[in-house]
Amino acid sequence: MTPTLTISQLTKSFQGVSALSDVTLSVAPGERVALLGHNGAGKSTMMKIILGLIPATSGQMTVCGAAPGSPQARRQVAYLPENVAFHPALTGQEQLHHYLALRGESRKLALPLLERVGLHDAARRRIGTYSKGMRQRVGLAQALIGQPRLLVLDEPTSGLDPVSRRDFYTLLDGLAAEGASILLSSHALTEVEARTDRILILSSGRLVATGSLADLRRRADLPVTLHVTARNGYANQIAANLPGAIEVAGALHLECTQAQKLEMLGRIASLGDRVADLEVLPPSLEDIYSHFSKRDGQ
Amino acid sequence: MNRILATASSEFRIALRNRWVAIALVLMAVFSLVLSLAGSAPSGGLGVDRLSVVVASLTSLSVYLIPLLALLMSFDAIAGEVERGTLPLLLTYPVARGEVLLGKLTAHLGILALAVLAGHGLAAGLAYSLDETSIEGLPALWRLSWTSVLLGATFLGAGYAVSAVARRPSGAAGLAVGLWLGLVVLYDLGLLAAVVADNGGWFTTRAFPVALLANPADAFRLFNLSASQATAAAAGVGGAAGVIPAWQSLLSVLLWPLAALAVAGLAFRKVIP
Repeated sequence: MTPTLTISQLTKSFQGVSALSDVTLSVAPGERVALLGHNGAGKSTMMKIILGLIPATSGQMTVCGAAPGSPQARRQVAYLPENVAFHPALTGQEQLHHYLALRGESRKLALPLLERVGLHDAARRRIGTYSKGMRQRVGLAQALIGQPRLLVLDEPTSGLDPVSRRDFYTLLDGLAAEGASILLSSHALTEVEARTDRILILSSGRLVATGSLADLRRRADLPVTLHVTARNGYANQIAANLPGAIEVAGALHLECTQAQKLEMLGRIASLGDRVADLEVLPPSLEDIYSHFSKRDGQ
Repeated sequence: MNRILATASSEFRIALRNRWVAIALVLMAVFSLVLSLAGSAPSGGLGVDRLSVVVASLTSLSVYLIPLLALLMSFDAIAGEVERGTLPLLLTYPVARGEVLLGKLTAHLGILALAVLAGHGLAAGLAYSLDETSIEGLPALWRLSWTSVLLGATFLGAGYAVSAVARRPSGAAGLAVGLWLGLVVLYDLGLLAAVVADNGGWFTTRAFPVALLANPADAFRLFNLSASQATAAAAGVGGAAGVIPAWQSLLSVLLWPLAALAVAGLAFRKVIP
Protein backbone atom coordinates (compact mmCIF):
# COMPACT_ATOMS: atom_id res chain seq x y z
CA MET A 1 0.00 0.00 0.00
CA THR A 2 1.24 3.49 -0.77
CA PRO A 3 1.96 5.48 2.36
CA THR A 4 -0.46 8.24 3.29
CA LEU A 5 2.37 10.50 4.33
CA THR A 6 6.00 10.45 3.30
CA ILE A 7 8.59 12.90 4.48
CA SER A 8 12.22 12.80 3.49
CA GLN A 9 15.04 14.96 4.77
CA LEU A 10 12.69 17.64 5.96
CA THR A 11 14.44 20.70 7.33
CA LYS A 12 12.91 23.89 8.67
CA SER A 13 14.64 26.89 10.11
CA PHE A 14 13.21 30.16 11.34
CA GLN A 15 15.59 33.06 10.67
CA GLY A 16 18.60 30.79 10.87
CA VAL A 17 17.39 28.95 13.99
CA SER A 18 16.87 25.32 13.16
CA ALA A 19 13.47 23.94 14.17
CA LEU A 20 13.57 20.63 12.31
CA SER A 21 16.57 18.95 10.77
CA ASP A 22 16.71 16.01 8.42
CA VAL A 23 13.45 14.36 9.44
CA THR A 24 12.52 11.29 7.36
CA LEU A 25 9.45 9.19 7.99
CA SER A 26 6.42 7.62 6.40
CA VAL A 27 2.99 6.72 7.69
CA ALA A 28 1.00 3.85 6.20
CA PRO A 29 -2.80 3.76 5.85
CA GLY A 30 -4.43 2.65 9.08
CA GLU A 31 -1.29 3.32 11.10
CA ARG A 32 -1.44 5.21 14.38
CA VAL A 33 1.74 7.15 15.00
CA ALA A 34 2.54 9.16 18.11
CA LEU A 35 4.92 12.09 17.92
CA LEU A 36 6.54 12.78 21.27
CA GLY A 37 8.79 15.58 22.36
CA HIS A 38 9.30 18.41 24.80
CA ASN A 39 7.83 21.85 24.28
CA GLY A 40 9.76 23.34 21.41
CA ALA A 41 11.00 19.99 20.10
CA GLY A 42 9.38 20.75 16.73
CA LYS A 43 6.15 18.73 16.95
CA SER A 44 3.78 21.56 16.07
CA THR A 45 6.15 22.92 13.43
CA MET A 46 6.26 19.54 11.74
CA MET A 47 2.47 19.29 11.81
CA LYS A 48 2.06 22.75 10.33
CA ILE A 49 4.41 21.85 7.49
CA ILE A 50 2.48 18.63 6.82
CA LEU A 51 -0.71 20.71 6.70
CA GLY A 52 0.86 23.22 4.35
CA LEU A 53 0.38 26.11 6.78
CA ILE A 54 4.07 26.96 6.72
CA PRO A 55 6.60 26.07 4.02
CA ALA A 56 9.53 23.75 4.65
CA THR A 57 13.05 25.09 4.19
CA SER A 58 14.10 21.96 2.32
CA GLY A 59 13.13 18.33 1.88
CA GLN A 60 10.44 16.39 0.03
CA MET A 61 6.98 15.51 1.22
CA THR A 62 3.80 13.99 -0.16
CA VAL A 63 0.50 14.06 1.70
CA CYS A 64 -2.12 11.66 0.31
CA GLY A 65 -0.19 11.67 -2.95
CA ALA A 66 -0.19 15.46 -3.28
CA ALA A 67 1.86 18.44 -2.17
CA PRO A 68 1.17 19.60 1.41
CA GLY A 69 -1.43 22.38 1.49
CA SER A 70 -2.65 21.68 -2.06
CA PRO A 71 -6.44 21.54 -2.46
CA GLN A 72 -6.19 17.80 -3.11
CA ALA A 73 -4.26 17.22 0.12
CA ARG A 74 -6.50 19.52 2.15
CA ARG A 75 -9.60 17.62 1.09
CA GLN A 76 -8.19 14.45 2.63
CA VAL A 77 -6.47 15.76 5.74
CA ALA A 78 -8.14 16.71 9.00
CA TYR A 79 -6.45 18.77 11.69
CA LEU A 80 -7.03 19.30 15.37
CA PRO A 81 -4.84 22.16 16.58
CA GLU A 82 -3.37 22.42 20.04
CA ASN A 83 -5.73 24.57 22.16
CA VAL A 84 -8.35 24.52 19.46
CA ALA A 85 -10.46 27.71 19.32
CA PHE A 86 -13.71 28.73 17.70
CA HIS A 87 -15.71 31.90 17.49
CA PRO A 88 -17.42 32.25 20.89
CA ALA A 89 -20.59 33.73 19.39
CA LEU A 90 -21.48 30.62 17.37
CA THR A 91 -23.10 27.50 18.77
CA GLY A 92 -21.39 24.14 18.40
CA GLN A 93 -23.93 23.13 15.81
CA GLU A 94 -23.50 26.32 13.76
CA GLN A 95 -19.74 25.98 13.84
CA LEU A 96 -20.02 22.44 12.50
CA HIS A 97 -22.48 23.58 9.82
CA HIS A 98 -19.80 25.96 8.64
CA TYR A 99 -17.06 23.33 8.57
CA LEU A 100 -19.34 20.77 6.91
CA ALA A 101 -20.16 23.27 4.16
CA LEU A 102 -16.45 24.03 3.62
CA ARG A 103 -15.87 20.31 3.02
CA GLY A 104 -18.95 20.04 0.81
CA GLU A 105 -20.84 17.80 3.24
CA SER A 106 -24.46 17.96 4.31
CA ARG A 107 -25.46 20.17 7.25
CA LYS A 108 -27.50 17.31 8.63
CA LEU A 109 -24.31 15.58 9.76
CA ALA A 110 -23.65 18.19 12.46
CA LEU A 111 -25.79 16.65 15.17
CA PRO A 112 -24.65 13.04 14.61
CA LEU A 113 -21.05 14.27 14.75
CA LEU A 114 -21.64 16.13 17.99
CA GLU A 115 -23.38 13.08 19.36
CA ARG A 116 -20.37 10.98 18.49
CA VAL A 117 -18.14 13.13 20.70
CA GLY A 118 -20.72 13.38 23.48
CA LEU A 119 -21.79 16.99 22.90
CA HIS A 120 -25.35 16.45 21.74
CA ASP A 121 -26.91 18.29 24.68
CA ALA A 122 -24.72 21.36 24.24
CA ALA A 123 -25.14 21.59 20.45
CA ARG A 124 -27.36 24.67 20.65
CA ARG A 125 -25.31 26.53 23.22
CA ARG A 126 -22.71 29.11 22.26
CA ILE A 127 -19.13 27.89 22.21
CA GLY A 128 -18.26 30.84 24.46
CA THR A 129 -19.99 28.99 27.30
CA TYR A 130 -18.12 25.70 26.70
CA SER A 131 -15.38 24.33 28.95
CA LYS A 132 -11.96 23.55 27.52
CA GLY A 133 -12.80 19.87 27.29
CA MET A 134 -16.00 20.64 25.39
CA ARG A 135 -14.16 22.86 22.92
CA GLN A 136 -11.69 20.04 22.43
CA ARG A 137 -14.61 17.76 21.56
CA VAL A 138 -15.91 20.24 18.99
CA GLY A 139 -12.39 20.22 17.58
CA LEU A 140 -12.48 16.45 17.42
CA ALA A 141 -15.94 16.45 15.82
CA GLN A 142 -14.74 18.74 13.02
CA ALA A 143 -11.72 16.49 12.45
CA LEU A 144 -14.08 13.57 11.76
CA ILE A 145 -15.87 15.35 8.89
CA GLY A 146 -15.75 13.60 5.54
CA GLN A 147 -13.72 10.42 6.19
CA PRO A 148 -10.24 11.98 6.17
CA ARG A 149 -7.36 9.76 5.09
CA LEU A 150 -4.91 11.47 7.41
CA LEU A 151 -5.71 12.97 10.81
CA VAL A 152 -3.15 15.33 12.27
CA LEU A 153 -3.93 15.81 15.95
CA ASP A 154 -1.83 18.21 18.03
CA GLU A 155 -2.10 17.16 21.68
CA PRO A 156 -5.65 15.97 21.17
CA THR A 157 -6.30 14.81 24.72
CA SER A 158 -5.20 17.92 26.60
CA GLY A 159 -8.12 19.11 28.68
CA LEU A 160 -9.95 15.77 28.51
CA ASP A 161 -10.69 13.75 31.63
CA PRO A 162 -9.51 10.11 31.81
CA VAL A 163 -12.87 8.69 30.71
CA SER A 164 -13.11 11.04 27.72
CA ARG A 165 -9.53 10.18 26.88
CA ARG A 166 -10.38 6.50 26.70
CA ASP A 167 -13.44 7.25 24.54
CA PHE A 168 -11.24 9.38 22.32
CA TYR A 169 -8.72 6.62 21.73
CA THR A 170 -11.52 4.14 21.07
CA LEU A 171 -12.77 6.53 18.41
CA LEU A 172 -9.29 6.67 16.89
CA ASP A 173 -9.06 2.88 16.85
CA GLY A 174 -12.25 2.80 14.81
CA LEU A 175 -10.93 5.37 12.34
CA ALA A 176 -7.63 3.53 11.98
CA ALA A 177 -9.48 0.27 11.38
CA GLU A 178 -11.26 1.99 8.49
CA GLY A 179 -7.89 2.85 6.99
CA ALA A 180 -7.26 6.40 8.21
CA SER A 181 -3.69 7.24 9.18
CA ILE A 182 -3.31 9.07 12.46
CA LEU A 183 -0.44 11.29 13.51
CA LEU A 184 -0.87 12.63 17.01
CA SER A 185 1.46 14.47 19.31
CA SER A 186 1.76 14.21 23.04
CA HIS A 187 4.01 15.18 25.91
CA ALA A 188 3.65 11.89 27.70
CA LEU A 189 4.56 8.41 26.66
CA THR A 190 2.27 6.93 29.33
CA GLU A 191 -0.71 8.29 27.47
CA VAL A 192 -0.02 6.91 24.02
CA GLU A 193 1.16 3.51 25.25
CA ALA A 194 -0.91 0.69 23.75
CA ARG A 195 -2.97 3.15 21.71
CA THR A 196 -0.47 3.67 18.92
CA ASP A 197 1.42 1.40 16.54
CA ARG A 198 4.57 3.44 16.38
CA ILE A 199 6.24 6.10 18.44
CA LEU A 200 8.47 8.88 17.10
CA ILE A 201 10.52 10.91 19.53
CA LEU A 202 11.60 14.38 18.45
CA SER A 203 14.31 16.20 20.33
CA SER A 204 15.53 19.65 19.28
CA GLY A 205 14.13 19.12 15.81
CA ARG A 206 15.72 15.73 15.25
CA LEU A 207 14.02 12.38 15.10
CA VAL A 208 15.95 10.57 17.83
CA ALA A 209 13.94 7.37 18.04
CA THR A 210 11.26 5.56 16.13
CA GLY A 211 9.62 2.20 16.72
CA SER A 212 7.03 0.39 18.78
CA LEU A 213 7.11 0.73 22.53
CA ALA A 214 8.76 -2.71 22.82
CA ASP A 215 11.45 -1.66 20.32
CA LEU A 216 12.16 1.52 22.23
CA ARG A 217 12.29 -0.35 25.52
CA ARG A 218 14.79 -2.83 24.12
CA ARG A 219 16.93 -0.18 22.50
CA ALA A 220 17.05 2.06 25.53
CA ASP A 221 18.26 -0.93 27.59
CA LEU A 222 17.61 0.84 30.86
CA PRO A 223 18.32 -1.00 34.10
CA VAL A 224 15.61 -2.98 35.88
CA THR A 225 15.04 -2.13 39.52
CA LEU A 226 14.44 -4.89 42.09
CA HIS A 227 12.96 -4.25 45.51
CA VAL A 228 13.69 -7.03 47.99
CA THR A 229 12.02 -7.08 51.40
CA ALA A 230 13.83 -9.30 53.95
CA ARG A 231 12.18 -11.32 56.69
CA ASN A 232 12.89 -9.92 60.14
CA GLY A 233 16.53 -10.16 61.06
CA TYR A 234 17.82 -11.35 57.72
CA ALA A 235 18.39 -7.97 56.14
CA ASN A 236 22.14 -7.88 56.66
CA GLN A 237 22.60 -11.41 55.44
CA ILE A 238 20.69 -10.68 52.27
CA ALA A 239 22.55 -7.42 51.68
CA ALA A 240 25.80 -9.33 51.88
CA ASN A 241 24.60 -11.70 49.17
CA LEU A 242 23.45 -8.93 46.86
CA PRO A 243 26.30 -6.51 46.18
CA GLY A 244 25.25 -3.04 45.24
CA ALA A 245 21.95 -3.16 47.12
CA ILE A 246 20.92 -0.03 48.99
CA GLU A 247 18.55 -0.10 51.91
CA VAL A 248 15.61 2.26 51.45
CA ALA A 249 12.80 2.36 54.02
CA GLY A 250 13.26 -1.23 55.17
CA ALA A 251 13.63 -2.71 51.69
CA LEU A 252 16.73 -3.39 49.62
CA HIS A 253 16.82 -1.65 46.24
CA LEU A 254 19.14 -2.86 43.51
CA GLU A 255 19.49 -2.33 39.77
CA CYS A 256 20.64 -4.63 37.01
CA THR A 257 20.62 -4.65 33.19
CA GLN A 258 17.96 -6.53 31.24
CA ALA A 259 20.50 -9.24 30.43
CA GLN A 260 21.36 -9.80 34.09
CA LYS A 261 17.77 -9.83 35.23
CA LEU A 262 17.18 -13.60 35.25
CA GLU A 263 20.49 -14.36 36.91
CA MET A 264 19.71 -11.81 39.62
CA LEU A 265 16.26 -13.29 40.17
CA GLY A 266 17.84 -16.74 40.51
CA ARG A 267 20.23 -15.46 43.11
CA ILE A 268 17.40 -13.89 45.10
CA ALA A 269 15.32 -17.07 44.83
CA SER A 270 18.22 -19.09 46.21
CA LEU A 271 17.98 -17.08 49.42
CA GLY A 272 14.83 -19.04 50.11
CA ASP A 273 12.44 -17.96 52.83
CA ARG A 274 14.76 -15.28 54.13
CA VAL A 275 13.07 -13.12 51.46
CA ALA A 276 9.61 -11.93 52.44
CA ASP A 277 8.74 -10.18 49.18
CA LEU A 278 10.21 -9.31 45.78
CA GLU A 279 9.14 -6.62 43.33
CA VAL A 280 10.53 -6.28 39.80
CA LEU A 281 10.14 -2.79 38.34
CA PRO A 282 10.84 -2.45 34.61
CA PRO A 283 11.98 1.01 33.47
CA SER A 284 8.97 3.29 33.41
CA LEU A 285 7.72 4.83 30.21
CA GLU A 286 8.86 8.21 31.45
CA ASP A 287 12.38 6.82 31.95
CA ILE A 288 12.47 5.51 28.39
CA TYR A 289 11.16 8.80 27.02
CA SER A 290 13.70 10.83 29.01
CA HIS A 291 16.46 8.50 27.84
CA PHE A 292 15.76 9.29 24.19
CA SER A 293 14.71 12.88 24.41
CA LYS A 294 17.70 13.89 26.53
CA ARG A 295 20.30 12.16 24.44
CA ASP A 296 21.30 15.34 22.68
CA GLY A 297 22.80 16.69 25.85
CA GLN A 298 19.74 18.56 27.08
CA MET B 1 -19.63 29.30 -4.19
CA ASN B 2 -21.05 27.17 -1.38
CA ARG B 3 -17.93 27.83 0.65
CA ILE B 4 -18.34 31.60 0.18
CA LEU B 5 -21.99 31.42 1.20
CA ALA B 6 -21.20 29.26 4.24
CA THR B 7 -18.57 31.76 5.37
CA ALA B 8 -20.97 34.63 4.74
CA SER B 9 -23.74 32.99 6.74
CA SER B 10 -21.44 32.37 9.73
CA GLU B 11 -20.10 35.91 9.55
CA PHE B 12 -23.58 37.37 9.35
CA ARG B 13 -24.64 35.38 12.39
CA ILE B 14 -21.59 36.57 14.30
CA ALA B 15 -22.29 40.19 13.35
CA LEU B 16 -25.89 39.74 14.44
CA ARG B 17 -24.82 38.40 17.85
CA ASN B 18 -22.14 41.07 18.24
CA ARG B 19 -24.89 43.67 17.65
CA TRP B 20 -23.12 45.05 14.57
CA VAL B 21 -26.23 44.63 12.49
CA ALA B 22 -28.30 46.55 15.03
CA ILE B 23 -25.66 49.25 15.47
CA ALA B 24 -25.32 49.84 11.72
CA LEU B 25 -29.07 49.90 11.14
CA VAL B 26 -29.85 52.22 14.04
CA LEU B 27 -26.97 54.55 13.22
CA MET B 28 -28.00 54.97 9.59
CA ALA B 29 -31.69 55.28 10.46
CA VAL B 30 -31.16 57.89 13.16
CA PHE B 31 -28.80 60.02 11.09
CA SER B 32 -31.06 59.84 8.04
CA LEU B 33 -34.06 60.90 10.10
CA VAL B 34 -32.22 63.77 11.75
CA LEU B 35 -30.94 65.04 8.40
CA SER B 36 -34.35 64.68 6.80
CA LEU B 37 -35.90 66.79 9.50
CA ALA B 38 -33.14 69.36 9.98
CA GLY B 39 -31.62 69.53 6.52
CA SER B 40 -34.73 70.46 4.60
CA ALA B 41 -35.08 74.05 5.79
CA PRO B 42 -33.59 75.74 2.69
CA SER B 43 -35.66 73.77 0.20
CA GLY B 44 -38.09 76.57 -0.51
CA GLY B 45 -35.35 79.05 -1.39
CA LEU B 46 -33.61 76.73 -3.85
CA GLY B 47 -36.66 75.71 -5.74
CA VAL B 48 -35.80 72.01 -5.68
CA ASP B 49 -37.72 69.19 -4.10
CA ARG B 50 -37.23 68.29 -0.49
CA LEU B 51 -35.64 64.87 -1.12
CA SER B 52 -32.89 66.25 -3.39
CA VAL B 53 -31.78 68.54 -0.59
CA VAL B 54 -31.85 65.67 1.87
CA VAL B 55 -29.73 63.64 -0.56
CA ALA B 56 -27.11 66.39 -0.59
CA SER B 57 -27.00 66.31 3.23
CA LEU B 58 -26.95 62.52 3.28
CA THR B 59 -24.04 62.52 0.82
CA SER B 60 -21.96 64.66 3.16
CA LEU B 61 -22.87 62.41 6.07
CA SER B 62 -22.23 59.16 4.19
CA VAL B 63 -18.72 60.25 3.27
CA TYR B 64 -17.87 60.06 6.98
CA LEU B 65 -20.23 57.41 8.28
CA ILE B 66 -20.01 54.66 5.64
CA PRO B 67 -16.19 54.37 5.73
CA LEU B 68 -16.32 54.41 9.54
CA LEU B 69 -18.91 51.63 9.72
CA ALA B 70 -17.07 49.58 7.10
CA LEU B 71 -13.72 49.89 8.88
CA LEU B 72 -15.29 49.06 12.25
CA MET B 73 -16.80 45.89 10.84
CA SER B 74 -13.70 44.76 8.97
CA PHE B 75 -10.66 45.59 11.09
CA ASP B 76 -11.14 42.43 13.18
CA ALA B 77 -11.79 40.12 10.23
CA ILE B 78 -8.33 38.59 9.92
CA ALA B 79 -6.49 39.91 12.98
CA GLY B 80 -9.31 38.55 15.16
CA GLU B 81 -9.00 35.09 13.63
CA VAL B 82 -5.25 35.21 14.21
CA GLU B 83 -5.67 36.30 17.83
CA ARG B 84 -8.37 33.74 18.65
CA GLY B 85 -6.29 31.04 16.98
CA THR B 86 -9.05 30.05 14.58
CA LEU B 87 -7.09 30.85 11.41
CA PRO B 88 -4.74 27.81 11.25
CA LEU B 89 -7.65 25.37 11.43
CA LEU B 90 -9.66 27.32 8.87
CA LEU B 91 -6.77 27.33 6.42
CA THR B 92 -6.38 23.56 6.58
CA TYR B 93 -9.88 23.27 5.12
CA PRO B 94 -10.23 23.01 1.35
CA VAL B 95 -11.12 26.69 1.07
CA ALA B 96 -9.04 29.34 -0.70
CA ARG B 97 -8.08 32.48 1.14
CA GLY B 98 -9.88 34.50 -1.51
CA GLU B 99 -13.06 32.58 -0.75
CA VAL B 100 -12.73 33.34 2.97
CA LEU B 101 -12.33 37.02 2.16
CA LEU B 102 -15.25 37.05 -0.28
CA GLY B 103 -17.45 35.29 2.28
CA LYS B 104 -16.69 37.90 4.91
CA LEU B 105 -17.21 40.66 2.36
CA THR B 106 -20.60 39.27 1.36
CA ALA B 107 -21.80 39.29 4.97
CA HIS B 108 -20.39 42.70 5.88
CA LEU B 109 -21.51 44.32 2.64
CA GLY B 110 -24.96 42.83 3.14
CA ILE B 111 -25.20 44.40 6.58
CA LEU B 112 -24.04 47.75 5.20
CA ALA B 113 -26.55 47.53 2.37
CA LEU B 114 -29.33 46.79 4.87
CA ALA B 115 -28.32 49.82 6.93
CA VAL B 116 -28.21 52.05 3.85
CA LEU B 117 -31.59 50.74 2.73
CA ALA B 118 -33.12 51.39 6.14
CA GLY B 119 -31.70 54.90 6.39
CA HIS B 120 -32.49 55.95 2.85
CA GLY B 121 -35.90 54.33 2.96
CA LEU B 122 -36.79 56.33 6.04
CA ALA B 123 -35.47 59.53 4.47
CA ALA B 124 -37.46 58.97 1.28
CA GLY B 125 -40.63 58.09 3.16
CA LEU B 126 -40.40 61.15 5.38
CA ALA B 127 -39.60 63.50 2.49
CA TYR B 128 -42.48 62.15 0.44
CA SER B 129 -44.94 62.49 3.29
CA LEU B 130 -43.98 66.16 3.69
CA ASP B 131 -43.58 67.08 0.03
CA GLU B 132 -45.06 65.07 -2.83
CA THR B 133 -42.65 66.48 -5.43
CA SER B 134 -39.92 64.57 -3.60
CA ILE B 135 -40.44 61.82 -6.16
CA GLU B 136 -38.11 63.83 -8.41
CA GLY B 137 -35.31 63.25 -5.94
CA LEU B 138 -35.61 59.45 -6.02
CA PRO B 139 -33.01 58.88 -8.80
CA ALA B 140 -30.48 60.90 -6.80
CA LEU B 141 -31.29 58.88 -3.66
CA TRP B 142 -30.96 55.61 -5.55
CA ARG B 143 -27.59 56.74 -6.92
CA LEU B 144 -26.51 57.63 -3.41
CA SER B 145 -27.60 54.20 -2.18
CA TRP B 146 -25.62 52.08 -4.60
CA THR B 147 -22.57 54.30 -4.49
CA SER B 148 -22.73 54.10 -0.68
CA VAL B 149 -22.55 50.32 -0.93
CA LEU B 150 -19.58 50.59 -3.29
CA LEU B 151 -17.89 53.06 -0.94
CA GLY B 152 -18.54 50.57 1.84
CA ALA B 153 -16.94 47.79 -0.21
CA THR B 154 -13.85 49.94 -0.74
CA PHE B 155 -13.42 50.56 2.97
CA LEU B 156 -14.27 46.97 3.89
CA GLY B 157 -11.46 45.91 1.56
CA ALA B 158 -9.17 48.51 3.13
CA GLY B 159 -10.18 47.22 6.58
CA TYR B 160 -9.34 43.62 5.63
CA ALA B 161 -5.99 44.75 4.27
CA VAL B 162 -5.24 46.65 7.49
CA SER B 163 -6.38 43.61 9.48
CA ALA B 164 -4.06 41.29 7.58
CA VAL B 165 -1.11 43.64 7.84
CA ALA B 166 -1.51 44.36 11.58
CA ARG B 167 -2.21 40.73 12.62
CA ARG B 168 -3.40 41.91 16.04
CA PRO B 169 -6.86 43.44 16.58
CA SER B 170 -5.51 46.33 18.66
CA GLY B 171 -3.00 47.23 15.98
CA ALA B 172 -5.60 46.81 13.26
CA ALA B 173 -8.02 49.10 15.13
CA GLY B 174 -5.35 51.79 15.36
CA LEU B 175 -4.52 51.52 11.69
CA ALA B 176 -8.20 51.59 10.74
CA VAL B 177 -8.81 54.78 12.70
CA GLY B 178 -5.69 56.28 11.14
CA LEU B 179 -6.88 55.31 7.68
CA TRP B 180 -10.28 56.85 8.28
CA LEU B 181 -8.83 60.09 9.62
CA GLY B 182 -6.32 60.27 6.80
CA LEU B 183 -8.58 59.52 3.86
CA VAL B 184 -11.79 61.11 5.05
CA VAL B 185 -10.78 64.06 7.20
CA LEU B 186 -7.15 65.09 6.81
CA TYR B 187 -6.97 64.48 3.04
CA ASP B 188 -9.61 67.12 2.37
CA LEU B 189 -8.08 69.56 4.82
CA GLY B 190 -4.71 69.11 3.16
CA LEU B 191 -6.18 69.67 -0.28
CA LEU B 192 -8.02 72.72 0.91
CA ALA B 193 -4.87 74.20 2.42
CA ALA B 194 -2.95 73.49 -0.78
CA VAL B 195 -5.63 75.10 -2.93
CA VAL B 196 -5.66 78.20 -0.75
CA ALA B 197 -1.85 78.46 -0.79
CA ASP B 198 -1.68 77.81 -4.53
CA ASN B 199 -4.13 80.61 -5.29
CA GLY B 200 -5.43 79.40 -8.63
CA GLY B 201 -2.15 78.09 -10.04
CA TRP B 202 -1.08 74.72 -11.48
CA PHE B 203 -2.14 72.73 -8.40
CA THR B 204 -5.69 74.00 -8.43
CA THR B 205 -6.28 73.46 -12.12
CA ARG B 206 -4.33 70.25 -12.72
CA ALA B 207 -3.44 68.33 -9.56
CA PHE B 208 -6.51 69.08 -7.50
CA PRO B 209 -9.06 67.23 -9.69
CA VAL B 210 -6.77 64.20 -9.91
CA ALA B 211 -6.24 64.26 -6.14
CA LEU B 212 -10.00 64.28 -5.62
CA LEU B 213 -10.50 61.33 -7.96
CA ALA B 214 -7.69 59.40 -6.29
CA ASN B 215 -9.52 59.38 -2.97
CA PRO B 216 -12.49 56.99 -2.86
CA ALA B 217 -14.43 59.16 -0.42
CA ASP B 218 -13.96 62.33 -2.49
CA ALA B 219 -14.81 60.53 -5.72
CA PHE B 220 -18.01 59.29 -4.07
CA ARG B 221 -18.95 62.80 -3.01
CA LEU B 222 -18.06 64.27 -6.40
CA PHE B 223 -20.11 61.73 -8.30
CA ASN B 224 -23.17 62.20 -6.16
CA LEU B 225 -22.99 65.97 -6.12
CA SER B 226 -22.16 66.41 -9.80
CA ALA B 227 -25.19 64.35 -10.71
CA SER B 228 -27.43 65.94 -8.14
CA GLN B 229 -29.67 68.92 -8.76
CA ALA B 230 -28.68 70.29 -5.43
CA THR B 231 -25.01 70.97 -6.09
CA ALA B 232 -25.59 74.53 -5.06
CA ALA B 233 -26.59 73.34 -1.62
CA ALA B 234 -23.23 71.72 -1.09
CA ALA B 235 -20.25 73.72 0.00
CA GLY B 236 -16.49 73.25 0.12
CA VAL B 237 -14.85 70.55 -1.93
CA GLY B 238 -18.19 69.80 -3.51
CA GLY B 239 -17.80 72.97 -5.51
CA ALA B 240 -15.27 71.16 -7.65
CA ALA B 241 -18.02 68.83 -8.80
CA GLY B 242 -18.76 71.13 -11.70
CA VAL B 243 -15.33 70.90 -13.31
CA ILE B 244 -14.79 67.13 -13.18
CA PRO B 245 -16.91 65.07 -15.58
CA ALA B 246 -19.21 62.61 -13.91
CA TRP B 247 -17.81 59.60 -15.78
CA GLN B 248 -14.42 60.15 -14.20
CA SER B 249 -15.72 60.15 -10.67
CA LEU B 250 -17.96 57.18 -11.54
CA LEU B 251 -14.93 55.27 -12.77
CA SER B 252 -13.13 55.99 -9.51
CA VAL B 253 -16.18 54.87 -7.50
CA LEU B 254 -16.33 51.63 -9.50
CA LEU B 255 -12.61 50.83 -9.50
CA TRP B 256 -11.80 51.52 -5.88
CA PRO B 257 -13.65 48.52 -4.42
CA LEU B 258 -11.77 46.20 -6.79
CA ALA B 259 -8.44 47.80 -5.97
CA ALA B 260 -9.06 47.67 -2.21
CA LEU B 261 -10.10 44.02 -2.35
CA ALA B 262 -7.07 43.13 -4.45
CA VAL B 263 -4.81 44.76 -1.87
CA ALA B 264 -6.66 42.90 0.91
CA GLY B 265 -6.21 39.62 -0.97
CA LEU B 266 -2.48 40.22 -1.37
CA ALA B 267 -2.08 41.18 2.29
CA PHE B 268 -4.05 38.12 3.44
CA ARG B 269 -1.91 35.84 1.28
CA LYS B 270 1.16 37.03 3.20
CA VAL B 271 -0.31 36.07 6.59
CA ILE B 272 1.41 32.96 7.96
CA PRO B 273 -0.90 31.27 10.46
